[in-house]
Amino acid sequence: MTGFLIEILQVLVVLIGAPVFVGWIRTLKCWTQSRSTAGILQPYRDILKLFHKDIMLAENASWIFRFTPYLVFGVSVLAAGIIPILSVDLPLAKTADVIALIALFAIARFFIALAGMDIGTAFGGMGSSREMMIASLAEPAMLMAIFTVSLISQSTSLSQIPHVIAYGDFILRPSMAFALLAFILITLAETGRIPVDNPATHLELTMIHEAMILEYSGKHLALIEWAGMMKLFLFTAIGIVAFFPWGIAPSDNMAAIPLALFLMIIKFAVVGTGIVLIETGLAKMRIFRVSEFLGSAFLFATLGMLSYFILE
Amino acid sequence: MILPPFVYIFISFICFFTAIILPLFVSSQRLLISITYTLSAIASLITAAIGAWVVASGFVGSVIIPVGLPDLPFHLRFDPLAGFFLTVIGLLSFFVSIYSIGYLKGFIGKRPVTSLVIFYNLFIAGMFLVVLADDALFFMIVWEAMALSSYFLVMFEDEKAENRRAAFLYLVVAHIGAIAILLSFGVMAGLTTGIESQDSSVNLASYTFESMRHTQFSEGWATAAFLLAFFGFAAKAGVVPLHVWLPEAHPVAPSNVSALMSGVMLKTAIYGIIRVTFDLLRVFPWWWGAVVLIFGLISTIMGVLYALMQHDLKKLLAYHSVENIGIILIGIGLALIFTSFHMPILAALALIAGLYHTLNHAMFKGLLFMGAGAVLHSTHERNMEEMGGLIHKMPWTAALFLIGCVSISALPPFNGFVSEWLIFQAFLLSPSLHSPLLNLLIPLGAAILALAAALAAACFVKAFGVTFLGHWRGHRNPPLHPPFYKGGKGGLEVDWFMRTGMILAAFTCLILGILPTMFLEWMDVLSETLVGGRISTTAGAFGWLWLTPVSHERASYSGVIVFGVILLVVAVTYLLLHARRTSIHRTPLWDCGFEKITHRMQYNATSFSMPIRRIFGFLFNVKEQVRIKQTQRHPAFPERLHYHLRIRDRFWNWIYQPISDLSFWVSRKVGRLQQGRIQVYLVYSFITIIVLLLFFR
Amino acid sequence: MNLAAQINSVMAALILLTSFGLLVQRRMYALLHIFAWQGLFLSISTAIVGYVSGTHHLYISSVLTLVLKVILLPYILHILIIRLQIHKEVETTINVPTTMLIGIALVIFSYHLTSPIRELSTLVTRSTIAVALATVMLGLLMMITRKHAVTQIIGFLSMENGLFFAATSATYGMPLVVELGVGLDILIAAFIFGIFFFQIRTTFDGLDVDQMAKLKEED
Repeated sequence: MTGFLIEILQVLVVLIGAPVFVGWIRTLKCWTQSRSTAGILQPYRDILKLFHKDIMLAENASWIFRFTPYLVFGVSVLAAGIIPILSVDLPLAKTADVIALIALFAIARFFIALAGMDIGTAFGGMGSSREMMIASLAEPAMLMAIFTVSLISQSTSLSQIPHVIAYGDFILRPSMAFALLAFILITLAETGRIPVDNPATHLELTMIHEAMILEYSGKHLALIEWAGMMKLFLFTAIGIVAFFPWGIAPSDNMAAIPLALFLMIIKFAVVGTGIVLIETGLAKMRIFRVSEFLGSAFLFATLGMLSYFILE
Repeated sequence: MILPPFVYIFISFICFFTAIILPLFVSSQRLLISITYTLSAIASLITAAIGAWVVASGFVGSVIIPVGLPDLPFHLRFDPLAGFFLTVIGLLSFFVSIYSIGYLKGFIGKRPVTSLVIFYNLFIAGMFLVVLADDALFFMIVWEAMALSSYFLVMFEDEKAENRRAAFLYLVVAHIGAIAILLSFGVMAGLTTGIESQDSSVNLASYTFESMRHTQFSEGWATAAFLLAFFGFAAKAGVVPLHVWLPEAHPVAPSNVSALMSGVMLKTAIYGIIRVTFDLLRVFPWWWGAVVLIFGLISTIMGVLYALMQHDLKKLLAYHSVENIGIILIGIGLALIFTSFHMPILAALALIAGLYHTLNHAMFKGLLFMGAGAVLHSTHERNMEEMGGLIHKMPWTAALFLIGCVSISALPPFNGFVSEWLIFQAFLLSPSLHSPLLNLLIPLGAAILALAAALAAACFVKAFGVTFLGHWRGHRNPPLHPPFYKGGKGGLEVDWFMRTGMILAAFTCLILGILPTMFLEWMDVLSETLVGGRISTTAGAFGWLWLTPVSHERASYSGVIVFGVILLVVAVTYLLLHARRTSIHRTPLWDCGFEKITHRMQYNATSFSMPIRRIFGFLFNVKEQVRIKQTQRHPAFPERLHYHLRIRDRFWNWIYQPISDLSFWVSRKVGRLQQGRIQVYLVYSFITIIVLLLFFR
Repeated sequence: MNLAAQINSVMAALILLTSFGLLVQRRMYALLHIFAWQGLFLSISTAIVGYVSGTHHLYISSVLTLVLKVILLPYILHILIIRLQIHKEVETTINVPTTMLIGIALVIFSYHLTSPIRELSTLVTRSTIAVALATVMLGLLMMITRKHAVTQIIGFLSMENGLFFAATSATYGMPLVVELGVGLDILIAAFIFGIFFFQIRTTFDGLDVDQMAKLKEED
């Protein structure tokens, strides 16, 4: 029963925490660029505003266009229940291992790309085409990173990783460092951050993710935006579980939850700072440089795998 | 009392036979279609059911039919492997036969369908017998029957030169493959002594599979037999670089036939590979597995990249068959490697993953070809650049095709994901092999598979998006049906027979995706008999809800929960957001305020795949030409822009062109023997006789 | 694995990483920095091996590496680059992803090649031999894929790093005399290269080694 309580708590944490996380990144970014901020809670206000607006639907939009926001949101909520953010071995944790989890995000992306094609504009198609290109290049690197992590924990189940790394002996592992590096690059690409995509861009020709959702409005847009924030939050959470799992509560232990929550907030704050440093330090790259960017991600992941066998 | 399975097979073959001879008695084409396809649907269903029963019960039994040449009777045998493939073939044939009743009505009044009816039934019956055959002779006979009947099916619309060329190419490659298979059986039969015991009931000649099973082959001969068989079956399965016939032949055949060819005919080659390696030769070194694995990986990645370059819907699907055959071969290759390292449980996992993908691919590729056929049936168009917006005009077909797309793109909760996930698990377990080099190399294979799976998703976003979404891109308007009611919009939707066939296939895709544990448990006997390990004891350990191939700590997946929770969240969110009356306004496109957008400005198939073409273009022979027609006024405002793109298969120039040139050269040389004078031919015969007499004194 | 061996593994991994960095980096200054880092990791690794094995002359080679490969050689090359004004982007002959894949294949190949040594050896550093060999091969690959003379020198020096690393990990280092000699050779080689570069540039008006194609006999 505690398991289900923690499960619900965790999903709520993700639902509430994701906009704060994005707000934190935006605030930090404003500070580094000496702009005044809209506050850490601005994403809430945005979403709330959008929820109160009517939906303007393009004439040509089919049911796919209308169904996609709900599906994308549903996938994010499900993933929020699977990844061990507060505690391991949650009731839903067995639903998907990390490969299936990536595939869950893939299904959301598949439908967003279809929605981009649905209304029949040039921008939508362009966004879909580029998004699918980047996603397919990210996939082998992602799998290699997973492979490396799974070599150590002997499992692709995310709940199993803390058991081996956090509750076991500490060992310096170059393979994990490589995998982490690869994972960071992949996360930047998958969640549409600089240098691959610019989440704040207003120029249609440089958009990737935004181009696909240009025609969304009102509640639909609110759901998509919220799901996008959750995606960033969840990818960060996967990274934390795989590489810094110290502090995640053992199974069915309600007493360890407050500490886990506290550590989680600290970790996310640090990760947010890291993202801001990357985004301020780098410029968005040309779309055809992305293949090299993700190629290096693949290289790092593969080196991780190789150094596990060679050096450990 | 349960009758022996051969009785049911006999009944089903009576149905096929009736369907084949029926055109002699029925003259009305409409009636002919309905009766014969109902018969083949029934026959297929019976066979599928009996196949499923054979797998479930682990039944093994054989029968000898005293027909054929004297002293060379035909042997038939039921075992779980045959039963599994009977199920796969029978199930898809059942769906496609129902679909065909509607599809063939499109030909009425245009061309006679009699040949299609006859060869269709012969084709399915041939596939069933290939799986059941238990001796080399009978196997080759039914293999040829299957190949020839499918040749005539490809030739159905023979007035187009393209179709004749494709059919000829198919025939040539199929026969080169058949020769290799024949040689392989020859090698095995030559080393087999046959079994002769006191009582004459178990008297088996050396050409039967049963006597091969009881022979220990030396490693050199076994390798020769394996390489020949693999080459022959690979030609049939369309493994790169023997794939060139496949994207030519599958698209030009009628769509119901393409569904069967892509969905199940290729699987008979997979059956052949499994039969020869795991059942007949049994003992093998690990590098056989590496060969199969490498060709599987090449096919997977090349197949999907070729598919991305296509704008012909059926050609795209045909190339995806190359990809999926590659995925199946990856599973089989891993199983071979694990078996040679004596790891039965891991071998079972890889083999079952490959076989499950066989079943899944049959279902979703059948569905996709049926969907493409429905589009072709309604719009008379195969080129995606001329389509678009069909989701509004064919809502059923669109939704069903989408299910096929999601399944083949390996996205949960549909079936394609489950088998690819199992293959990934098999890959992830490769570090337990005791070979450092393989430990390093096999994971790279997993990366290639991941790339291919992601590219497949991109390809099907393109296929579905360009065909069904957006606006109609074509120059001429689609031939709409008259509207059902006055003032309504006309549609393009196909009839209920076609829809039923597709709905059944789509439903099977979903069931195979969300309840994989049940089917894997059913298939357990296969791995038990072939590699001596089973996975269901571990797969079902966590209940039917969770699929846990090795142990539940290692990895787990639950299609039901994924499906259920997403559905629940979607429903709850929808209800919450629409609890109060929300107004949805239909407005013109915003498109960032750009005006005067025409339908020709949408992204199409060529533009969608442009980024990927640019990155992986070096694998193809790509020629891009842009011609700009200038106006008088200013060079910055061209009047018209012509874009010409040609993508060619490099393998054609590398392998096939030299071979074809060589064979022409040889035949020209040989042609000089033809003098046209009878005396010269008599001299040839005379010399031959003298030489023979000299040698065989 | 004790902590020292773990740190040594990490250093080996970092040396491998810098090798790949050299292989794919386009900018000249960044190349120099990566090369300096590689020298630093090599020096640390040598010191650790010296500590673990108790062979004290390795400390001297460690210091020698530090001085020579982290400070002196990069400094000389730096001055060269400024004098020759060649700090713009370097173009590779093969595209970057292909180079990476070839590099990965080379690493696997060297792992396969060194597996007999690994099984015979009893040293704590035996697992890093494969990395050392891979570094040599990647250095050679870098010399093949690059057009520019200075990058070829860096490739050459990185090869030398690999050899040095191989010596430390396979046999706890060469005798001190040999190492001193090699160090001196490298230093002199760097000076000779520098002089040659000036000569090449004044003759060919550029440092692109493709210019050497002109040397062949014209038909």
